[in-house]
Amino acid sequence: MTTPVTGATGEAVTEAATGARVELRGLHRRFGGTVALDGLDLSIEPGELLALLGPSGCGKTTALRCVAGFEHPDEGAVLIDGRDITGVPANRRDAGMVFQSYSLFPNLNARDNVAFGLRVRKVAAARRHARAQELLELVGLPSVGERYPHQLSGGQQQRVALARALALEPRVLLLDEPLSALDAKVRSALREEIRRLQLSLGITTIFVTHDQEEALSVADRVAVLRAGRLEQIADPATLYDRPATPFVAEFVGTMNRVPGAASGDRVAVLGRTLPVDGPPAHGPVEVLVRPEAVIVTPSAEGTATVVASSFRGSTARLRVQLADGGELLADVPGHDSVRLAPGVTVTVTLVDRPVLVSEPRRSP
Amino acid sequence: MAALTPAPIAGDASSAPTRRERPRAWRVAVLGLAALYFLVPLAASFWFTVDDPQGFSLDAYGQIFSAPGFASSLLLSLGLAVATIAVVLLLTLPAMLAVRLGAPRLRPVLEVVCTLPLVVPPITFVAGIGTVLRFGPEYLATTPFYRTIIALQNPDFPVVLVLAYVVLALPYVHRSLDAGLRAIDVRTLVEAARNCGASWPHVVFRVIVPNLRSALAGASFLTLALVLGEFTVARLLSFQPFPVWIVYISGSQAQVSVAVSLFSLLLTWLVLLVVSVAGRKRS
Repeated sequence: MTTPVTGATGEAVTEAATGARVELRGLHRRFGGTVALDGLDLSIEPGELLALLGPSGCGKTTALRCVAGFEHPDEGAVLIDGRDITGVPANRRDAGMVFQSYSLFPNLNARDNVAFGLRVRKVAAARRHARAQELLELVGLPSVGERYPHQLSGGQQQRVALARALALEPRVLLLDEPLSALDAKVRSALREEIRRLQLSLGITTIFVTHDQEEALSVADRVAVLRAGRLEQIADPATLYDRPATPFVAEFVGTMNRVPGAASGDRVAVLGRTLPVDGPPAHGPVEVLVRPEAVIVTPSAEGTATVVASSFRGSTARLRVQLADGGELLADVPGHDSVRLAPGVTVTVTLVDRPVLVSEPRRSP
Repeated sequence: MAALTPAPIAGDASSAPTRRERPRAWRVAVLGLAALYFLVPLAASFWFTVDDPQGFSLDAYGQIFSAPGFASSLLLSLGLAVATIAVVLLLTLPAMLAVRLGAPRLRPVLEVVCTLPLVVPPITFVAGIGTVLRFGPEYLATTPFYRTIIALQNPDFPVVLVLAYVVLALPYVHRSLDAGLRAIDVRTLVEAARNCGASWPHVVFRVIVPNLRSALAGASFLTLALVLGEFTVARLLSFQPFPVWIVYISGSQAQVSVAVSLFSLLLTWLVLLVVSVAGRKRS
């Protein structure tokens, strides 16, 4: 189904389009009383794939739309390769966009959809048809040119939309949750394909998503947004292993909150004293721990009990009830799931490494 | 177990036809009643046009085309209809697009404004127009304003009727276009086109209009039907388009006037058929 872009084709396309540097400087945007962007600063390197990640309403789509020219910031500037394009109309920006909802023109077939921008630029029919066919082949759909959007599946429509966005050889590609309407299998296949294309074209790409797995799996760097501000920007591994704030820690991946007692740069939790990652804290806190950093050992003297276990192949996720009634999630090697079956008494401790702490949340 | 299996199937099979027959009987009855409601007056009209002391005669239909004023009034009505359609679409479509894209909160306002002509009685409407047209003090006689007022009432092509019909057609055109716009994701299509480098006129004529073709055809048809049948405004402003002419001729040639009515009905149906066939081809 997919055709890897290698050799002559790949090189030819790479030459045609190289990514631009995109900068967002102090973007502010309000909608009535709602603040969508609150001084957002971001810099995206040429050829980089940056994922904008965050809960709904965090401003990620607004930021993308500011780059596309569909929103105008109240304050701040958007720069492409150092040139301020904040006032440039959407139809004169060097950015191709793929939308969340199916956006193909229903009255045009796939080939004419892809060639739409070329037609606007008055490229001769023969040339634009050839280029459209080339792009359809690039997205793995060489034979759907004559089909209309309603004759294509959701995944195919988004591929055609991707081809259309690439038709004018933009230097920036904007993806506004392009996979959210697709089913899981198509989603992961298309995700990989987008990444493959992006790498081979070397095009600077901003990928908006609320799906952390999606962001972590394709992006060079992930920017986590919260209430219109940048919470953290880092490569996926750093974001996961060293989240800068409790918000990022909980938004990216699964996180346990375990009660502990902090005194300066140490915190006592589950019978261990661990270094605190971040500013010193005092008094009762909650320690943020990933499930894989929890060590569960079967023990007759243990005070915790396994209450549920779900086998996931190489690992198993356990739900463990602690002596104080609290519960936490732990990932253990898959083969251990037999001796850690529900009902087994266990001792629970944590891997010895710095941990994030947070103010205790009020229990509901 | 095996012996029991066929029983429910047999039961289903026997109950299915009766279940299906009952609604069919109802459908026929309802359809029949509705058909009677519409067909009886038509049949009666047709009977009236062919009834002759000597028996059956199609003379009334033969006289339609030679009746004085037929061609001029019909052409006037068709001309008014074309102008009305052009003006009302040029007015409504950009306004509805602008509201949808730029100020969605104003949508209910636009809807109320466009529906208003339905609740204002035509007689009130035309009384207002008459008052405005009569406003022409002596000292304005030499000004372009006065000449404009006169030009609006040119009996060869009364522009004032176009303006009035535009207002009367607003509710139908708005409904039809609104349904069409609801069926497509206007914002995304516009943004996708803009993203591909399209200018605003290009967006409207190459993206929006082609995807609203059946809604535009429906709106045009409703406007045509309205103009071909509007009597009150035209009569009270003393113009003589097709409907006024029909009433006028009914005084001297009753049979011909009814024949013309049936003929215009046929014409309207024909247009409707063309519109719906065109619409079906699109979808």
